[in-house]
Amino acid sequence: MDPVIELAGLSVRFGNRDILHNLRVALSGRTIGLLGPNGAGKSTLIQTLLGFVPLSAGSANIFGHDIRQQTRELRALIGYMPENDSFIANMTAVSFVRMMGELAGLPHDAALERAHEVLFYVGLGEARYRLLGTYSLGMKQLAKLAQAIVHGPRLLILDEPTNGLDPPARLRMIRLIKEMKQTGSMHIVVCSHLLRDVEETCEEVLILKQGRIVHHANLEEERRANKRFVELETVGDEKDFAGALTALGCECVGTGLGRVKMVLPVEFELREIYRLAAERDLQLRRLNYRRDTLEDIFLKAMEA
Amino acid sequence: MAVYKRTYAAYEGSLTPAWSRFLILPRYSFARLWQSRFLVMFFMACFFYPLGCVGYIYLANNLSVLSSFGVPAGNFIKVEPSLFLYFCWVQAAFTYLLTAFVGPSLVSPDLVNGAMPLYFCRPFSRAEYIAGKMSVLVFLLSLVTWAPGLILFTIQASLAGWEWTKANLWIAGSLFIGLMVWILMLSLLALALSAWVKWKIAAGGLLLGVFFAGAGFGTALNSVMRTSYGSLLNLTEVMFTIWSKLFSWPSDTGISLEASWICVAVVCAVCLWLLVRRVRAFEVVK
Repeated sequence: MDPVIELAGLSVRFGNRDILHNLRVALSGRTIGLLGPNGAGKSTLIQTLLGFVPLSAGSANIFGHDIRQQTRELRALIGYMPENDSFIANMTAVSFVRMMGELAGLPHDAALERAHEVLFYVGLGEARYRLLGTYSLGMKQLAKLAQAIVHGPRLLILDEPTNGLDPPARLRMIRLIKEMKQTGSMHIVVCSHLLRDVEETCEEVLILKQGRIVHHANLEEERRANKRFVELETVGDEKDFAGALTALGCECVGTGLGRVKMVLPVEFELREIYRLAAERDLQLRRLNYRRDTLEDIFLKAMEA
Repeated sequence: MAVYKRTYAAYEGSLTPAWSRFLILPRYSFARLWQSRFLVMFFMACFFYPLGCVGYIYLANNLSVLSSFGVPAGNFIKVEPSLFLYFCWVQAAFTYLLTAFVGPSLVSPDLVNGAMPLYFCRPFSRAEYIAGKMSVLVFLLSLVTWAPGLILFTIQASLAGWEWTKANLWIAGSLFIGLMVWILMLSLLALALSAWVKWKIAAGGLLLGVFFAGAGFGTALNSVMRTSYGSLLNLTEVMFTIWSKLFSWPSDTGISLEASWICVAVVCAVCLWLLVRRVRAFEVVK
């Protein structure tokens, strides 16, 4: 798959301070999570990709376009939802979203139509004629999302999309991100320090720490790989059972007290475990997949 | 995407030409500005003097009308270049107040609400943003200055005949150049102040203050230093010097035309620099 974002030694420096240092990665997932503690350089990376911040070294491409040479063309392909409050207080939501659509190049009639549609889509249909200044925080977040998708971008960058949202509003935002991922053709970058949000929505994750990449993982692959690590708790002769599993291609390690850890081969079906246990009259008390959560990955990356 | 479906679909229609997008900002700004009754009334008041001038020009070219009312016309009522110079002064005063009212609402709301990243994450540059915001003032102020000025000139030309028009065509050029310079300087000043002073009322007050404080400080400098260069701080006098030369009218400001042009250029350059420093997608916090 062609990379969506490709960083080649990207560095950013503010004064004498290195903010991003020699970032090299190719991201190609439909939804990419950008993680890191505060001050890791997540927002600076986004601002650099948008052309707001000049690079001090290296280069970066989005959909094959150089961010320094083809900034204008790139911005037409990107939708951006900033982290902070960004709106025009004395405008109605529909005027605001329409104006943003027009600035992205939509003709005014099409922009008006799209403004109504995306406001309905994000759930602000009934409030679309209200002034943005009167919106609650959750509504403002949704209005920001609406302006980011009004022109149908190929890449949507969401900077802390669930910031300050109450649980129902957060769930709604997560659902919208998932829906856009499934129904649209766009790629989505979710920048967040909330691991759960990234875990729920992203299939690829990039973890930054002090301006450097400390981990890059494909969560989908990790989830698939985790499904192949199984831990069993048995009552009976687990050695014979482990031998039978090994004969079927599993790598098994007995850890004592009836516990067996094993790596299943590709194409292995779980029912084989139950069949072998039944044949040996072995009780299976527990079957666990290894659950290497994003939190584990993140904590390991932070310790590195 | 149909509203009833409420699913996301990308836009696949045609796009507008990139050069025309700066005109989107004035369209939305005007829609917002005309909601103010005060502005509409003040804007209408700006045309009282031009209407009076139309009457004056008509009477100057139709003295028989005055005679029919028993008013001795004599020679005192005639159209001279000074009429257009007075027109510039009066309309400039109106535009000054109009700018103080309109100017601060152009940039500061975007900065206060953090809207800058939303403009610049699109194919829309800082130059286009400034051009768009500036065109609001340039268009509005043009409507009450050189546009009616040229209409007055055309009326006078149509009433006075070709000989007068040929001999006084330079007045049209002076009207346009003199008022356009004033509009550009005033617009840039208003936008720069609006960008640096986020509170609208303070920005409007500061625009008035720049002229009054500059005049006061300039006069004090002239008195203390026994020079006339203090008048360069008085932008009203600077513009008066330029207009006087353009309309062949004696100027008693004591500053040269060259110095006045340089002063205007410096003010415009400083305002542009201030705007470029302020109008950006993100704020650098040191």
